Amino acid sequence: MTLSTPLSSKFSYSFSWVGMIGLAIIVFWAVIALAAPHIIPYPIGEIVDEDYFGPMSSKLLFGSDYLGRDMLSRLMMGARYTVGISLAAVCIACFSGTALGMAAAVIGGWFDTVLSRFLDALNSIPSKLSGLVVAAAIGSSINVLIVMLAVIYTPGAYRFARALAVNVNTMDYITVARTRGESILYIIFSEILPNIMGPLLADFGIRFVFITLLLSGLSFLGLGVQPPYADWGALVHENISGLPFGAPAVIVPSLAIASLTISVNLLIDNLPKKIRDRSA
Amino acid sequence: MENLVEIRGLKVEATTDSGRRLNIIKGVDLDIAPGEIVALIGESGSGKTTIALTLMGYTRPGCQISGGSIHVAGKDMVTLSERQRASIRGREISYVPQSAAAAFNPTKRIIDQVVEVTHIHKLMPSAEARQKAISLFRALSLPDPEQIGDRYPHQVSGGQLQRLAAAMALISDPQLVIFDEPTTALDVTTQIEVLRAFKSVMKKSGIAGVYVSHDLAVVAQIADRILVLRNGEVQEVGSTEAILNHAAHPYTRELLSAFEPKPRGDNLDAVPEAKPLLEINALTAGYGPIQADGLPLVRAVQEASITVQTGRNLGIIGESGCGKSTLARSIAGILPASSGKLALDGRQLAPSARQRSHEQLRELQIVFQHADTALNPAKSIEDILGRPLTFYHGMKGSARSTRIDQLLDMVHLPKTLRSRTPAELSGGQKQRVNFARALAAEPKIILCDEITSALDTVVAAAIIDLLKELQRELSLSYIFISHDLSVVEAICDEIVVMYRGQKVEQITAAISRIPQHPYSQLLFSSVPKLDPNWLDSLERDPELVKTYAHA
Repeated sequence: MTLSTPLSSKFSYSFSWVGMIGLAIIVFWAVIALAAPHIIPYPIGEIVDEDYFGPMSSKLLFGSDYLGRDMLSRLMMGARYTVGISLAAVCIACFSGTALGMAAAVIGGWFDTVLSRFLDALNSIPSKLSGLVVAAAIGSSINVLIVMLAVIYTPGAYRFARALAVNVNTMDYITVARTRGESILYIIFSEILPNIMGPLLADFGIRFVFITLLLSGLSFLGLGVQPPYADWGALVHENISGLPFGAPAVIVPSLAIASLTISVNLLIDNLPKKIRDRSA
Repeated sequence: MENLVEIRGLKVEATTDSGRRLNIIKGVDLDIAPGEIVALIGESGSGKTTIALTLMGYTRPGCQISGGSIHVAGKDMVTLSERQRASIRGREISYVPQSAAAAFNPTKRIIDQVVEVTHIHKLMPSAEARQKAISLFRALSLPDPEQIGDRYPHQVSGGQLQRLAAAMALISDPQLVIFDEPTTALDVTTQIEVLRAFKSVMKKSGIAGVYVSHDLAVVAQIADRILVLRNGEVQEVGSTEAILNHAAHPYTRELLSAFEPKPRGDNLDAVPEAKPLLEINALTAGYGPIQADGLPLVRAVQEASITVQTGRNLGIIGESGCGKSTLARSIAGILPASSGKLALDGRQLAPSARQRSHEQLRELQIVFQHADTALNPAKSIEDILGRPLTFYHGMKGSARSTRIDQLLDMVHLPKTLRSRTPAELSGGQKQRVNFARALAAEPKIILCDEITSALDTVVAAAIIDLLKELQRELSLSYIFISHDLSVVEAICDEIVVMYRGQKVEQITAAISRIPQHPYSQLLFSSVPKLDPNWLDSLERDPELVKTYAHA
């Protein structure tokens, strides 16, 4: 309560400081990802340091990696892959999962049963394992990674959306819409969706974190983004031998992953709340 | 004599989500003598439950006692520590909640929950507590007092559970019992038994009571004194006799007048030629798998035949579970009837809403009991009312906007409410919007499913007046479903009494108000009257009660 502050008297939302910090970090990484090619100090493939695992210095802000390349440039470019691939995958997963979930809840019957069992079966395969198998079988390009990550996380989004929509579906206003003769599409998008938007956004955030971590994990195992490109997971992987030297090259990308995932969590736990008491 | 309870200048404030402080109780004084039952009466939001809870030193989350003193048996509940309050709660002051069904833990046997208080406060050994509980069960005239405690909460009826909750409150021999609308959720036929049990136990044991209710007639039966509340302020205090007969405050008079039966003024001749509008012929509907005879396993409505005439209203009454709501749902096509015929204006209606034509759906609208769940909380009032206009009449832009204003005007709501969401409206306003949405379709007949039962008496009376007024203007017909006989009598030309899925009697109000069927007689006689001696003088045929009431 003490942390909250009204954003403006007109819109009357309260947004806590913790959530604002989370949002600021996310916006920061998004800007870096977008602007990376224009602001990196050195080309990412160029060896700029005579030594490998160089320390932080005024010339190389985050030191150098295992080949003596500039870590700051590689980290900035890595943000493009980590944020971009995860975002694309989470959008596909949440959109298809939510649409199917709401449709299953409203249509019900055999459609619901068949779809639910199929997606449950998909859900029962461990996510890392299926990622490994797909990457090993058909190689890993960025497009394959996006589709694979989306498919892995669709069943979860489906389950979540369906559970929410089933609750809303029993409300009287849905019955009123049905007796009015409304179509299923209208019921799904106009009556149900606005009521489950909040939890769905929270789910979107959580799923984004899961996908970021899975992508980083796959890259760490060498099955994610392939050299010469590198996302943050791959950066940790290729510089892991610097760990005994305490090289910034291995610590910095780890911190980047942590900062992004934690700030997304902070934001979704502290989404702006609408103030119902408008007479204040 | 020293008063048991002395509340002086009680103030309670609540903090809203924008941090604004709001006084919800504005300086209330209340005295209760030992053994006296005081009723707190008022509409929802008047602060009656809040005051009752402060007697235990408790306020709901977000609220706090900001001033005044509450002396109960010499101790000031405001200044006591939480630990000291805990030692008093349940032992000296106990509480009977509105919904006993929600207050009992469904996984434990009833007797264990009833004697729990004696364990917590270490009042008496287990065996003694059980004996005491059984004697209380007997005093509350529960059937089979020796064994009933061994059942689980779902194995007893609602009325029994409410009395068991009272036993739970009485087991520690408290000095004060707080009853929070204990009979509101019960049927009238059940309510009588529960009220009688409460009254006799309270009288015998000499325990003081606070009875929170919005129903004056119920309160008249049990209370010695009545405190009328509104907006956190006391409007009037007096003995039950004085309040009922010589009410001084205008608000109290308003409450009383909402109670007076208002039979329909217009006579039957006003309708020139009554032709059948909705014909229901041997309708059967229910739930569960379809049996060999093509009917569902549980038949909530059996072979009901009802006709509604143009411009006339039909009331359907009966206790909960009698199938009245199921009947409404099958008329609306939400639950397709498994057999029987429906015809609207001479044309056959398909059992399921999906198979009905656009026009048929428009002509028959349904209004649900809970406006909270019947209005989409994510939409503005404008969108809610505008959708049927666009959907049925293809209205757009300014035509639609003008019509929304007209509709709001029809249900006496200010136009400024347009941009609000349902959560920002009061209960009565929500129900008006709910009704305006049905009007937007320009229907011939509106099915009203318990639309006043979630509202306060005064608000409900206003809604009924509105319905009558709109009927005159728009030549509508209503099917009015309710468990409240006075509401149905106020608006309906004909009354159908349902019992266990069957139509037992149809009464034409204008011709005869005297029911013939024994169940109808029981139902009609069970409606509480404002007379304080009504409960004591009420004589009911024990055979009849045994057959029809499930207390």
